[in-house]
Amino acid sequence: MEHWTPTSSTTADVEPSVPSVVARLLRDPKVVVAGGFIVFLVVLAVAAPLIAPQDPLAQNLLTATAPPLGFADSEPGYWLGTDGLGRDVLSRVIFGTRVSLTVAFVAAGLACLIGSLLGLFAGFFGEFVDGLISRLVDIWMAFPPVLLSILLVAVLGTGLHSVIIAIVVIDWTRFCRVVRTETMGQAQMDYVVAARTIGFSRRAILFREILPNVVPVLIALLTLEMGIAVVVEAILSFVGLSVSSDTPTWGGMIAEGRQIVHEAWWVLAVPLAALFATVVAFNQLGDGLARSLDPVLRR
Amino acid sequence: MSEPRLSIDALSAISLRDGNKPILRRVSLTVGTAEVHGLVGESGAGKSTIAKAVLGIIPTQVKITGGQIEFEGRDLLRLSPNELRAVLGRDIALVPQDPSTALNPARRIDAQMTDGLRLKRGLSAKEARLRAGALLDEVQIRDPERVLNSYPHQLSGGMRQRVLIATAFGLEPKLVIADEPTTALDVTVQKQILRLIRSLQERHGTSVLFVSHDLGVVAKICDQVTVLYMGKAVEQGATVDVLTAPRHAYTKALLAANPRYDRPDTGLEPTPPEVIAALRAEIAAFDAGTRTSSDG
Repeated sequence: MEHWTPTSSTTADVEPSVPSVVARLLRDPKVVVAGGFIVFLVVLAVAAPLIAPQDPLAQNLLTATAPPLGFADSEPGYWLGTDGLGRDVLSRVIFGTRVSLTVAFVAAGLACLIGSLLGLFAGFFGEFVDGLISRLVDIWMAFPPVLLSILLVAVLGTGLHSVIIAIVVIDWTRFCRVVRTETMGQAQMDYVVAARTIGFSRRAILFREILPNVVPVLIALLTLEMGIAVVVEAILSFVGLSVSSDTPTWGGMIAEGRQIVHEAWWVLAVPLAALFATVVAFNQLGDGLARSLDPVLRR
Repeated sequence: MSEPRLSIDALSAISLRDGNKPILRRVSLTVGTAEVHGLVGESGAGKSTIAKAVLGIIPTQVKITGGQIEFEGRDLLRLSPNELRAVLGRDIALVPQDPSTALNPARRIDAQMTDGLRLKRGLSAKEARLRAGALLDEVQIRDPERVLNSYPHQLSGGMRQRVLIATAFGLEPKLVIADEPTTALDVTVQKQILRLIRSLQERHGTSVLFVSHDLGVVAKICDQVTVLYMGKAVEQGATVDVLTAPRHAYTKALLAANPRYDRPDTGLEPTPPEVIAALRAEIAAFDAGTRTSSDG
């Protein structure tokens, strides 16, 4: 054989700039703005007692339905006005983030965990396992989700844990379907065959080779699911099936505001705006993450 | 010829999807110690099926109907999945065909290279990482540290194939299956990769089963060659003999089909129809023979 000569394969073949995942995410305006808003909400939820200007439960019937500052007859100290019982709307919205975000993170996280595990197994092992899990998903999805959640909460009793269980029980299928399809696609790839020829166990192939390729889709889906969980919690609060009425929730505030919307629109508008902004933020964040994390698209 | 390391004996396979059509017809071949054995043929001739059979990754629609694949005194076809897993990656490794898909896009090169070293060679994470760097150095990659920290999409095709070759030979297997390792590459890169495989093979005394459709590539790298047509070994022997004095009409036709720059362009020369007809008759006679023998 001929002798080695220096070849063209040098460092020039490596892309000069190798931005880390974090750096790439920080360049995406969607991720920065929406993610920043979510971080802001988390701070509000954690530090609610320090940030809220008033006690969210303190009633004062003398200053009931006071409009936000800047409108006629507004009360100093009540920036976004008061509700029908004279409680501070701003403080109640701030405290309301606690329930919303708890549900968003815990319920979406659990649904993601259960749904993705089943999806990974269905997509990777195929045949009997896939048949079993896929039929289960089909049957599950035949139930109308909102009715099913109301039924579940009615059976389990109201409270935060019931709301979380209801969301997990309904929405795991969303993760299962997406992860199953994604796993099936990845399992056909050459790198999986290559891993098999090194003699890796099936578990190692599934969790070390395939899972990292499913994670970007999963993170995006998880973020979207958080938005959905916030809405479902608001719906359940609205119909009085969430936490007890002495805990401020956006859904509960919307229900109260609906009754006096002609006299005091802000009681309805403020929690509605908070809900809207939160869901939009989660959706945009999911979108941005899906784009930035995809290993094939990021070139 | 040296001591055989891999000997395939009368390997037969059928396609379950395609009306039980035979894919391999009693193919026998041996790969000696530190020898490169070329497996040539057009697409569908069964080259890859043989490679996959050795690695135990036969697709579900293909069924092995007979023969054995003997490696170090054991028939690989009769090993349990666990026993085969122990052999793969330690004694037998694969250099895959397409470097753009054979590396996991979501994992860095160091993670992918150290997996096998830790699992099959028992190295610690730190040792494996050092070894991976040394291996990349051995395949003429100038900045191993940087490549180790890269994702596959940040490397060129040639670089990825070097990484895959380094990974395969780094496990210090006795046998490497190279499944068309240069087909997806540029001609200029091809040559470098072939030299690389040959030099690593010589240095480590590795046996290589080299699958290719390109006689030119086989001529450069292989000691022995088997020519396959429709799953039947039509000609076999030392590369020099087969290429300079082919006995079988099909091999002659294959050689003639290879474009060459040292003779006038005679236009594209497909395999002559009379050669194809003769081959098909030969295979039909062979099939009839095996049928009667298995019936009797």
